[in-house]
Amino acid sequence: MTQGNEVSAEFIAEAQEIVDALNRDLIATEQETRGGEPDPARVNNLFRSAHSLKGISGMFGADAIARLAHALENVLDGMRLGKVNIDAASLDILFGCVEHFSLLIAAASTGEKTDDAPLQQLMTKLEHLAGGEPTDNRDPLALLELGEDVMGVLTEYEEHRLRENIRRGRRLYLLRSAFDLTDFDLGLAELDNAIKQLGEVITKLPSSQATDPGKISFDIIVGSDQSIETLRRAVGDERTEIVAIQHRAMVAAPPESTPRLPTSTTPSEVSAAPVSVSESSSAASGTDSSPAAVSAAGSMPPGVGGDETTSVKSVSQTVRVDIARLDRLMNLVGELSLTKVAFQHIGDSLKRDLGFTGLAAELHKVSRDFERRLSELQAGIMEVRMVPLGNLFERMVRVGRKTGRELGRMVRMEVAGESTELDKLIVEDLADPLMHLIRNAIDHGIELPEERERLGKPAEGLVRLEAQALGNHVVVRVVDDGRGVDVERIVARAVERGLETPERARELTRREVFNLMFLPGFSTRDQVSDFSGRGVGLDVVKTNISELSGIIETVSVSGGGTTFTITLPITLAIIPALIVSVAARNYAIPLNNVQETLAIDARGVKTIERREVISVRGTTVPLIDLRRLFRLDEDGRPSSTYGVIAGVGDNRMALVVDTLVGQQDIVIKSLGRYLRNVRGIAGATELGDQRTILVIDTVDLLNELTDSDRFGGMLA
Amino acid sequence: MQRVLVVDDSPAMRGLIASIIDQIGNCEVTEASNGYEALKELPRQQFALIVTDINMPDINGLELISYIRKSPNYADTPVVIVTTEGANTDRDRGMKLGATAYFVKPFNPEDFVAKVSSLLSREP
Repeated sequence: MTQGNEVSAEFIAEAQEIVDALNRDLIATEQETRGGEPDPARVNNLFRSAHSLKGISGMFGADAIARLAHALENVLDGMRLGKVNIDAASLDILFGCVEHFSLLIAAASTGEKTDDAPLQQLMTKLEHLAGGEPTDNRDPLALLELGEDVMGVLTEYEEHRLRENIRRGRRLYLLRSAFDLTDFDLGLAELDNAIKQLGEVITKLPSSQATDPGKISFDIIVGSDQSIETLRRAVGDERTEIVAIQHRAMVAAPPESTPRLPTSTTPSEVSAAPVSVSESSSAASGTDSSPAAVSAAGSMPPGVGGDETTSVKSVSQTVRVDIARLDRLMNLVGELSLTKVAFQHIGDSLKRDLGFTGLAAELHKVSRDFERRLSELQAGIMEVRMVPLGNLFERMVRVGRKTGRELGRMVRMEVAGESTELDKLIVEDLADPLMHLIRNAIDHGIELPEERERLGKPAEGLVRLEAQALGNHVVVRVVDDGRGVDVERIVARAVERGLETPERARELTRREVFNLMFLPGFSTRDQVSDFSGRGVGLDVVKTNISELSGIIETVSVSGGGTTFTITLPITLAIIPALIVSVAARNYAIPLNNVQETLAIDARGVKTIERREVISVRGTTVPLIDLRRLFRLDEDGRPSSTYGVIAGVGDNRMALVVDTLVGQQDIVIKSLGRYLRNVRGIAGATELGDQRTILVIDTVDLLNELTDSDRFGGMLA
Repeated sequence: MQRVLVVDDSPAMRGLIASIIDQIGNCEVTEASNGYEALKELPRQQFALIVTDINMPDINGLELISYIRKSPNYADTPVVIVTTEGANTDRDRGMKLGATAYFVKPFNPEDFVAKVSSLLSREP
């Protein structure tokens, strides 16, 4: 835009949405080209996406995006009009554009400058692609008996589709149907759906010729291999008129069962009054076909399917909401749940201190009702925050493709469970660690094609991304079928780096070895690879996942591939917690990683390698004494204590506390800048009695536990 | 108060056009995100001016213009096409179908305000 206004958040969001749509359609188109021909509607969607992106980025002053979109649009225009080939080479360039758009959009949102060179390279490639010459310049439209009032409202693309249908020897039909003005879109969607099975809807022309002002009729041009009877049966509505459109190329070989229009019909007659000339064909099906009858009877076709109605409606019924607003709502819910607890306290006090038993019971009843609605409200807000992982996975597929290409590996990206939903904020923060793991899998896991063939593996390596909901957790896996983790090399590197003594290194279990990879300063490559590395190691992945209260685990078979498993809570916004008491202070332990609680018998505590452990049903679980951890009065320890078993999978610990107080939903608040890095503390929360208590960070403690042997940390 | 209908499938674009039209004052903008919505809006209130994109799914802008010109209530209502460069054929067709003016994105908002104001003052 000529005014120098700032790039709006709305623009960024919409541009990213368009790019995501581009990516989706490109992936689908690529798959279709492998098996045959791409869906023309999809190619047109691609064009429309580029076109829209060009339009808005131009208006919002994002020049680089507009320039690239313009060049891309030209290529896609050529593709949809059959002038540019759609093949692996050209699609690769298009995928390159999608990647670059994401870069440009990210830069635009932060106001950064971007390097112009890669943009220029892409532009050159695109211009080269678009320079292709059309292969066929005979115009079959000249043979078509459609009048100017129809041809005049077709866009260039629709004209091209008309041409394509003729070129392929399809028959063209004109359908006319009248609908109520209030819900014609539903009726049209229904009609669309019926026709889509049999052919292509080329265009829909609204016509105001209907006599009733409450009605609207549409002329729909359809290309199909089917006979007019098949079409009529599929439409299944006698109020829809169907007539074959003549074109001279077909007159030589008339299709067997299609009722023909009189050969004397001139083009202008066909197009100007399609209904009246259709009498010959509709007479066969025994319906009255005068225009008046069509429009008078033209209400919505019966049996509108649920799917079609939602697909039409969703277009205008989506609201984009800033996640901060949802956070505010969630905070309110959190505060209301504190109010609820306060009610219960008042009730207790009424009964205990003042003896108002009846009143207390009533208050309890009301507050239970309040609690129920509150949890419904909470669930409702949670539902809004949830987004499927599909979008993120698509971005990751792009990362995988690019990495494979750049490193000379053949990689097939697979995705499973992409409809699994997670809190939007977690999904955003998952992008970096996932990207790192995928690069890592391709760089360190997938072998070069020749090597794979030598090993008897398919030349194409597999990287699979999968997600699965497990109760309050979501499990995301990055699976590859590459060479697996080289245990000996990792141990050697850890010793070399001083992360492990040679003596201890010999006794490490496989799991402990895999944990070494996540230590800061660990890298098996002598030169930091530009790809998986980017100068950072897997320790950053672990830190990122931990910040999301998640845990990452590794399983690897030598020569058979590696699986990274990330377990994440569904949300961080509001979580159930166990309230415990230690030295007369209360703490909250998030329940998502709590497995069980038990009474600890002092005689059952053993010391193995200077660490206190207890035995829980045959497995040894290390103890973490919260009195000792927080340097509280150790002498005042009661004779009987409780253990809270927390962890993920085999990675467990028992937190030793004085008493278990109860369970409550909490909203974790940050402790602010100065206390943010206190180990073992995730933040603070308020209880119903207006007191603030600390929230234990179980994930942090678990990580500390696995690292503490090496560093002689606080837990040793 | 004059009513203006803005038809574009891009919410950001619609918002931008609406905000430009707001500068004119004494205008109420109704937004339609596709041809279907536009067809539904047309009989609900009498618009003094219609701004439309050409490339839209289902009902394209050309079909919309053709429909508008055939509707007795809108036969003389000014229609402004907003399109992107490169779509010259489509734009020319739109003008031939009876559109009053066109703007090619990115356009200068001041020019747009001037054109739309003059088209609106032509209306009673």
